[in-house]
Amino acid sequence: MKKCYEKYFRDNLPQIFCAGCGNGIVMGAWARAMEKMGLDNNDCVGISGIGCSSRITSYIDLYTLHTAHGRALPFAIGVKMCKPEMNVFVFSGDGDCAAIGGNHFIHACRRNINMTLIVINNSIYGMTGGQYSPLTPTGHFATTAPYGNIDPAFDLCKLAEASGATFVARGDIYHARQLTDLIVEGHRHKGFSVIEVVSGCPISYGRRNKIYGAPALLKHIKEHSVPVATAAKMGDEDLKGKWRVGVLYKAEAKEYVEAYQELVAKVQGGIK
Amino acid sequence: MANVRLVQGNVACAMGALAAGSTFYAGYPITPSTEIAEHMAVALPKIGGIFLQMEDEIASMGAIIGASCTGAKAFTATSGPGFSLMQELIGYAAMTEIPCVIVDVQRPGPSTALPTLSSQGDVQQARWGCHGFHSIIAIAPSSIMEIYYQMINAFNLAEKYRTPVIFLMDEEIGHLRERFELPDNYKPEIINRKKPESDLEVYLPYINDQSNGVPPMANFGDGYRYHISGLTHNEKGFYSSVPSVVDTEIRRMVGKIEDNVDDIAQFEEIGAADCDILVIAYGSVARSAQEAVETMRADGLSVGLLRPIVLWPFPTDYFTKACIGKKAVVVAEMNLGQYAREIRRVVHTDIPLKSLTRVDGEFVYPDDIIDAVKEVL
Repeated sequence: MKKCYEKYFRDNLPQIFCAGCGNGIVMGAWARAMEKMGLDNNDCVGISGIGCSSRITSYIDLYTLHTAHGRALPFAIGVKMCKPEMNVFVFSGDGDCAAIGGNHFIHACRRNINMTLIVINNSIYGMTGGQYSPLTPTGHFATTAPYGNIDPAFDLCKLAEASGATFVARGDIYHARQLTDLIVEGHRHKGFSVIEVVSGCPISYGRRNKIYGAPALLKHIKEHSVPVATAAKMGDEDLKGKWRVGVLYKAEAKEYVEAYQELVAKVQGGIK
Repeated sequence: MANVRLVQGNVACAMGALAAGSTFYAGYPITPSTEIAEHMAVALPKIGGIFLQMEDEIASMGAIIGASCTGAKAFTATSGPGFSLMQELIGYAAMTEIPCVIVDVQRPGPSTALPTLSSQGDVQQARWGCHGFHSIIAIAPSSIMEIYYQMINAFNLAEKYRTPVIFLMDEEIGHLRERFELPDNYKPEIINRKKPESDLEVYLPYINDQSNGVPPMANFGDGYRYHISGLTHNEKGFYSSVPSVVDTEIRRMVGKIEDNVDDIAQFEEIGAADCDILVIAYGSVARSAQEAVETMRADGLSVGLLRPIVLWPFPTDYFTKACIGKKAVVVAEMNLGQYAREIRRVVHTDIPLKSLTRVDGEFVYPDDIIDAVKEVL
C-alpha cells in the first residue's frame, strides 16, 4: 500500500462502498493531498453527515465525527471555532449537502470560515437506493423519478460562490490527479473552500440511466468534464450538459474565525 | 446587601451557565428565550468564549455538540418550536454521549400557538422527543436563584454522565424578576468529564467497564484519534450491528442515567411525609402550589407539597413511597397532565389522583390549587 494510505487511513479497510463507487477515488486523492501538504493526523478533524460519501470519516485516521444527515457543517463550525489551529475537512454528498443540508451550506459559505468541504456529487441518493437529489440533472431517472426527473438541478459551485465561499472548484473522479491538486489548493486557501467532485454511482444511478458499469460511467464523466480554460473558449450551446472542472472562483475576504478573534480583542480591549 | 440584584430568570440562566464554566453558546432567536442569547452575546466575547447565532435551531445543536467534542462546555436555548427542531441532534448527543445543555423556555403549543405566554407542555417531549432508546436528564427550576444554581448542576450532570441535559424553564419563570444574591465568596462545585488515562492506541471511548456506566471522554486535540458516530457502535466507536454489541451499548447508555436516579434526583417538600393530601408541582407552578399549601396548612388542613426539581429520570421509587397512605394526590401543571400521567403510574390505584391542568396560556394560580384540593378532601 502507498505510504500516504497507511498514514491517513485506519486499519479497518476494506470499506463498505460498492465496486466501482467513486468514493474510494476521492479518498485516495484526499490522502495524496494530505501527503503533499504534509499534515499531521493529530492536527486534523474529519466531519461528515449521512450518506455513502459520509462514511469516509470512519476510514480516515483523524479525529472523526460522523454526524446526522445534512448537519456536518454546523458541527464543523463548532469544532473550528474552538480549535482554530485544527485543519477541518468536511465530506458530504449531493443529497446531504444540497438538499437537507442546503441551509447550512449557504450559511457556512457566507461566514467564509476556514475549512475544506468536499462534496461528492454522484447525482443520486446512493445509500437509500437511488432517489433523485437536487443535483440530479433534469430528465434523468431515479427510483423516485421513474418517468424522468422534472426538477431543475442546482449548480452547486455557483451557489457556493453566490453565498460567499472564497474558493470554489470542481473536480471529477476521472481526473484524480487534478482532484488531489484541487484539494491541496482549496485547503491552503484561507477561507471556506468548496470542492465539488463529479462522481459516479454505477449501481443506483448508472444502471437506471443506461450507463452500465463503472468504466462506462468514468468514460461518461471524462467526456462531459471540460477544463475551465477550454470552457472559456466554448459557447453556451457547446457546454450544454457538460460541466467545467478546475478552480472556478477564488477571492480574498475576511475569514470568520479571524473576524471573531478580532471582535474578542476589541471587546477585551474596551470598545472605543 | 451590596450583592443583591434584581435579576430576570433568563438572565439568571445565562449567568448560571457562565458560572458553570460555559464558554460556548450557539442559538437561534425565539420568544420567550431570547434574553439568554442576548446575555451570552455580551458576556462570552469578554471572557474569550464563543457566541454564535446560527441559521436555525438544528445548526445550533450541531455547533454545540461540535464544540463539546473539543472540550468546551456548550449550550443552547430555545422554546417549543425550536426544541422540536433540535430533537434529532439531542438524540445524536445521547447516542454519542456528548455532554451539552439545552434550555427550553416553554411556551404553549403545538406550533406557534401563544409565543409570549407560559406553558409546561414540553415535559414529555423532553423525555421522549427524539426517536429510539435513550434516557435523559431534565431539570425544572422554580425560582431565580434556583435557575442559577441548577444551571450549574445541569452542566455538572452533563459532564458527569456524558449526556445532553434539558433545562426546562417556562415563560413565567424566564421573564420573572426576583431577588438574586450569592453568598460571599461563593464558588460553585464544578464537575468535568472524566478523561482517559489509557494509552492512545487502546483508548475505548465507549468502554463498558465503569461502575457508573460512563466511559472516559477524550477531547478532539488530546491525541486520542477516535471516531464518533450516531450509528450503533462498538466500544471503539465504529459501526456495529451485532445484536449483542448493540444491546449492551444501548442498555449501558440508558442504564447510566436510570440506574443513578438517586444521585440525580432532587426534591423540595413541605410536610409531604405526614399529610393527607399531597400536592405535586414543579417549575413556576410550584410557586403557586407553595402558596396554596402554606395557606391551607395555616387553615389547619393536612396538605403537603412535593416539588421535583429534576423531572427526568423519573424517580419511581421515591414517588411510590411518597404517595403511600395519602387520601388523595393533586398534580398541578400547565399542560394536559403530562407529569400526572407518570405519577398515576406509581400511585396505588385506590388513591384518587386529581390532575389540575391549564393550557390557555394563563398561569395556575394558588386559588386554582386550593379549589382542586378541596374537591378531593
